[in-house]
Amino acid sequence: MKTIADRLIEDEGLRRGVGRLTPEKIQKVFKELVAGECGARMKTYMETCVRCGMCAKACHYYMSHKDPSYTPVAKVSQTMWRLFDADGKVDPEVIYQCAQVAYTECNLCRRCIHYCPLGIDTGYIISVVRRLCHKLGVTPQYIQDTAHSHSATMNQMWVKDDEWPDTLQWQEEEAREEFPGLRIPLDVEGADFMYSVIAPEPKFRTQLIYQAAAIFHAAGVSWTMPATPGWDNSNMAMFTGDSEIMARVERAHYEAAQRLRVKRIVMGECGHAFRAVYDVANRWLGWKWHPVPVVHSVEFFWELIQQGRIKLTHKFAEPVTIHDPCNVIRGRGLMEKLREVVHFLCDNVVEMTPNREHNYCCCAGGGVINCGPPFKNVRIVGNSIKAEQLKATGVHWCIAPCHNCHGGLDDIISKFDLNMHTKFLGDLIYELMEKPE
Amino acid sequence: MHALYDLAVGPLAWLAFAVFILGSIYRLMSMRALALKKDAAFVAYISWPHAIRSLIHWVTPFGALGWRENPGVTIVTFLFHICLFVVPLFLMGHIVLFDTFHGWSWPALPDGVADTLSIVVVLACAYFLWRRLSVPEVRFVTRSHDWLVLALVGATFLTGVLAYHRIGDNLFMTTLHVLCGEAMLVAIPFTRLSHMLFGFFSRGYIASEFGSVRFAKDW
Ligand code: HEM
Ligand code: HEM
Ligand code: SF4
Ligand code: SF4
Ligand code: SF4
Repeated sequence: MKTIADRLIEDEGLRRGVGRLTPEKIQKVFKELVAGECGARMKTYMETCVRCGMCAKACHYYMSHKDPSYTPVAKVSQTMWRLFDADGKVDPEVIYQCAQVAYTECNLCRRCIHYCPLGIDTGYIISVVRRLCHKLGVTPQYIQDTAHSHSATMNQMWVKDDEWPDTLQWQEEEAREEFPGLRIPLDVEGADFMYSVIAPEPKFRTQLIYQAAAIFHAAGVSWTMPATPGWDNSNMAMFTGDSEIMARVERAHYEAAQRLRVKRIVMGECGHAFRAVYDVANRWLGWKWHPVPVVHSVEFFWELIQQGRIKLTHKFAEPVTIHDPCNVIRGRGLMEKLREVVHFLCDNVVEMTPNREHNYCCCAGGGVINCGPPFKNVRIVGNSIKAEQLKATGVHWCIAPCHNCHGGLDDIISKFDLNMHTKFLGDLIYELMEKPE
Repeated sequence: MHALYDLAVGPLAWLAFAVFILGSIYRLMSMRALALKKDAAFVAYISWPHAIRSLIHWVTPFGALGWRENPGVTIVTFLFHICLFVVPLFLMGHIVLFDTFHGWSWPALPDGVADTLSIVVVLACAYFLWRRLSVPEVRFVTRSHDWLVLALVGATFLTGVLAYHRIGDNLFMTTLHVLCGEAMLVAIPFTRLSHMLFGFFSRGYIASEFGSVRFAKDW
């Protein structure tokens, strides 16, 4: 049977990383990792998996490739079991394979948890494999670059300290042509909420900042954005396995909110950023809950609509479908609020199946899309199941409140000629709302 | 052979039950201690109401997405596991032994029913064996350990059935059955069969995360 060894893809970062390793080094780091960071969860998962294969059908990689080496349990078999069987003493080439599986063949989407009777969290096991690879210095080139950027600049895209306020000012100026009284309030202490976004927004999706400002302006809310590092809520270090940088990034984000004495943080339409802020990094920092409450845009828009702060001139008439991003659905249970917002905006909603918590992942998340061009094809071909799911709806518009999902879905849509377009909630609200003079 | 039989139903049976019970307690307690020591940031989220809500779905046939999408395995595994507990606990042959040695007795299943259920278990094992050999995604992840635990369970039930039907030398078959049963009991705390001990907790934990942190169902 084919295994990961039969589909290795050359990546400079991985190749350079394994070049520095020996079996002894690997074993030392593996043992330290297991002794230091793994506990009862890992032990139970390693011991009790009954190899029943029920999780196979959970994973879009398996459902698309129909190759047994892509099932959740096969990914664990080709990585963690192998390492445990050898007590960590493996050939550097094995680490190359582990890294390719862990970084590029699992989105940590947690769909398999709905399939495994024992509740084995494959996403967790795979993230520990990534942690090992990170400690061994074996990470894909592209995603490592974003982690370096986090560490050097506290944002993901090498945005310089002066570029950030410049970009906001530029968007403010643009928007003031449409809404003369509009402001993008920078560093306003005591505002109701801090709005944080991912670094790709100021870098190349500035219209999203423009739209958010327009919506907040129309809704008449009190908000601010930080002028200092901490404005970027994304966190690729979480996905490379670099927990130390992950925690620094998250601390900066929360501290920006605390410095501004806001009541809460509202996060833009991104899934993985929400996972980092809400679920992962807080634990690494030793905080059970969040020093400042955080809400995702889906929930925030829902609130604005509930309060009657957004009024529409008309509804979107063409049929739309909804993609449930794992990180805010399986990760935060926003499925019903998302639907209420979409139904408020659109007349004709066609659900894809399966949906809500059972939705298939877009195959971009978990840092996979960030591993860049070398792995792009596997990721797109590896999600023909999603293409079929989209196609079956027969609609031309797909709403997805997550950046990564947009990337992943757009790739699938063009590869499989689906004649579809993706939309953020912000896109639609901006397009449909009553705009103040 | 008689001596071996006496040994098997006497001291070895004591030993097997002791290892099974004490071993299970030890495994559970030491896993708990490890969790408290190393997984504090995860133990903190355990929520029994959410765990129980999810477990109710998971112990219901077709009550979870994984069961619905794997109907064959679901039917077989539910039959298998139910019979696995019901047969040995309510088997006349077993109750008689407890009665003889300890004077304990409780209602038994009619022999014919127990026999049928035992055969169901043997057939279920055959099904698992077939899956391991021919379903690619199962075969890909099968290791020697999996054959071992399946063989322990299968052999115990098969020899039990053969002994009951007086197939082969009865004393030999019964002795073999008792030894297999004891080996299986001893294996529960220390092999993959420990999923019996830990399964509810691993499911309950992830259900707590989903229920109390992520507000999403996990079934
Ligand atoms: C301490 C260990 C055990 C002893 C001493 C023991 C003893 C016996 C005896 C004396 C019989 C009756 C055989 C006959 O009628 O000739 C029997 C049957 C059987 N036992 Fe056990 N047993 C043990 C463990 C187990 C275990 C652990 C299981 C399964 C989990 C099991 C399953 C069965 C089955 C399926 C039958 C046959 C029932 C039938 O076809 O009617 N036994 N056992
Ligand atoms: C309350 C306790 C138990 C629970 C919740 C449980 C649950 C499960 C589940 C969910 C599976 C996977 C589905 C499948 O492939 O059939 C499984 C498989 C299995 N269980 Fe259990 N189990 C329990 C107790 C036991 C016991 C006591 C034994 C034997 C002593 C056992 C033996 C097996 C075997 C051999 C398999 C693997 C079948 C295969 O090869 O695919 N289980 N169990
Ligand atoms: S991609 Fe999702 S379903 Fe597949 S193994 Fe990873 S977490 Fe599980
Ligand atoms: S469903 Fe769970 S127990 Fe079965 S093979 Fe997958 S991870 Fe292992
Ligand atoms: S990109 Fe979207 S669908 Fe994919 S893992 Fe992230 S949230 Fe899930």
